[in-house]
Amino acid sequence: MVSGGQDRDAPSKIVVDELDFWYGTRQVLHGINLRIPARRITALIGPSNCGKSTFLHTLNRMHEIVADTRLSGTILLDGQDIHHPAVDVVALRRRVGVVFQHSNPFPKSVFDNVAYGPRLQGIRQREALSEIVQRSLQQVGLWDEVKDRLARHAWDLSGGQQQRLSIARALAVDPDVLLLDEPAAALDPRATVHIEDLIGQLCERYTVVVVTHNMQQAARVSHFTAFFYEGRLIETGPTNRIFSNPREQQTDEYITGRFH
Amino acid sequence: MSEPTEPVAPKDFSARSRSRADAVAAPIAGLRRSRPAAVAARREAGLRWLLRGATYGMLAVIGWILLDIFGKGLPVITWQFLTDLPRASGAAGGILPAIAGTCCLVAGAFALALPLGVASAIYLNEYAAPGRFVAWTRLAISTLAGLPPIVFGLFGLGLFVLFLQFGASLLSGCLTLACMMLPTIIVGSEEALRSVPAFLRHGSLALGATPWQTIRYNVLPYALPHMVAGALLGVARAAGETAPILFTAAAFYIPRLPQSILEQVMSLPYHLFALTTQYPEAARIRSMQYGTAVVLLTLVLGLSLVGIVLRNHFRKKLRW
Repeated sequence: MVSGGQDRDAPSKIVVDELDFWYGTRQVLHGINLRIPARRITALIGPSNCGKSTFLHTLNRMHEIVADTRLSGTILLDGQDIHHPAVDVVALRRRVGVVFQHSNPFPKSVFDNVAYGPRLQGIRQREALSEIVQRSLQQVGLWDEVKDRLARHAWDLSGGQQQRLSIARALAVDPDVLLLDEPAAALDPRATVHIEDLIGQLCERYTVVVVTHNMQQAARVSHFTAFFYEGRLIETGPTNRIFSNPREQQTDEYITGRFH
Repeated sequence: MSEPTEPVAPKDFSARSRSRADAVAAPIAGLRRSRPAAVAARREAGLRWLLRGATYGMLAVIGWILLDIFGKGLPVITWQFLTDLPRASGAAGGILPAIAGTCCLVAGAFALALPLGVASAIYLNEYAAPGRFVAWTRLAISTLAGLPPIVFGLFGLGLFVLFLQFGASLLSGCLTLACMMLPTIIVGSEEALRSVPAFLRHGSLALGATPWQTIRYNVLPYALPHMVAGALLGVARAAGETAPILFTAAAFYIPRLPQSILEQVMSLPYHLFALTTQYPEAARIRSMQYGTAVVLLTLVLGLSLVGIVLRNHFRKKLRW
C-alpha cells in the first residue's frame, strides 16, 4: 500500500523505512515508508495534525529541538542513515534546508538574512558574500525588487517577499534538499502564485518536499503526492494519479472534500 | 418612564445611573438594593478610600524625603563641592574622592558581574535541560537576591580581604559588590533571553548553525541591550549600599583620588555614614551630609532611570 514513488526515471534522494515517532508517550507517526525522488517535488497532504509537518521535521532532525521526542526506523539520505550517531547534525541541516511555516526573516537587513548561513560556514569576504546573496535572491526572483535596498530591514518587505527571502536564505547554504512547511499559508493569492512558480523552478536543482493542506496547491505544483491521515501514510503516488484515481477510500474522501 | 409596565432594558439602566431624576421615576423592583447589599457597597467604598489613602500617604513620605534632602542639600552643591578634595577630616572642602571611589567601585563591580551573570543566564536559559538542577539554581539566585547587604560585606571580608589577601581595597570592594549585583543581572538577563522568540533560534539551527552560533548571532544581539539595561538596575542598587564595602573597601578619609586597585577608597555612602555618625559635632556639618546625600541619590536615581529608559526603549524597538 505504501510502496514509495513510482517514477522510474528519478532515483531516490531520501528513503524512509518504518518510521515511528513519539512526542513523550503519544505516538504521532506509525510505520511510515516513503521514497522521495531526487529533483522532483513531493507534496505531503492531509488534514491538520495528521503528522505531515512532524514527518517533514524528522527529515533534517529539526524535531530534536523539542525535548522528549523519540524516533525509530531509518531515514536514508543518498543511502546514508541520518540518525547514525556519527552523523553531524549541523552538516545534515546544511544539506537539507527547511523553510518553516512561520519562517519570518531575522530582524536584520535583507543582505544579512541571506548571508547568515554562508557566514556560519566561515565565508567572510564581502565579494564572496555579495555573490551568494545575489545568486540566492535571483533564484527566488527577489533580486530585482530588493537590489537597491539590501541594507533595509527585512521586516519592511511584504509578506510574499519575506517568504521568498526565507527561501533565499535557505538556498544560500547550497542544500540538496529543500523542505517547505506550508510556504504559502499566510500569503495572498498573488503572492501564492509567485511562490508556486518558484517551487516549480526550484526542482531543476533541488529535491523539494512541500507540506500543504491546500489540495489545489499540491495538485498544481507537485510531481508526487503522499497523503497522511492520523499519523499514517495512507497513499502515495504520482500527483495526477492520486488526484484522478485514488486507490484508497480515505484518500478519495479527503481530496473530494468529504473531510478536512 | 412613559410605560412603567415594560421590563427594564439594559440601555435604560445605564441611562438611569447618569440621571437622578430618571432613577426616582423608573421602576426598579427587581433590582432594588437590599440591606446586605447596601452594607457591602459601603464597605467597598470605605475600603477604596483606605487603599487610596495608603497610596497618598506613601507618596507623601517619598515626596517629603526628596524635598528634605534636595531642599537642604542642593544649596550646598557647587562646582567646588563636587571637584575639591575634602579638608578637616571631611568636615569641609569637597567630596571628589568619594565620588571617584564610588564610580570606580560600581564600574569595576559591573565589569566583573555582567559577563558572569550573562554567562550564567545563557547556560540556564539556553543549555541546561529544565529539571531539578535549574530549579535549585534559580532558588539559590533568589535567595542570594534577598540576602542582607551586611552579609555580603562579611562574606567579602572573609573571602577577598582575608583569605585571598586582597586586603581592604578597591578590588575587594568591587568583587563584593559584584556578588551582590549578580542575582539582579542573572534574573534580568534570563528575562531578556526569554523575550527573544523561538523562531529565531529554530531558523538559525535550520540553516546549519551550532547552538553557540545561534546564540552568538541570532539571540544575543537582540537580548544584550535589554540585558545591560536590566543590569543597570542592579548596579543602582549596589551603588548606594554601605554595608558590602564597609569592611572590604571603604576608607574614612583619603583626601586624594584612588591610585591603585589594592588600596582603600572613599565612597559616597560610607562618607555620608561617617559624616553623620563619626563626628562629635555632627550637627554643625549638616550641610556636608545633605550635599553628599544629594549626590548619592542623584547617582542612584540616575542609574535606575537610565536602566528603565533603556529597557523601555528596547522593548518598543523589538517588534515581536
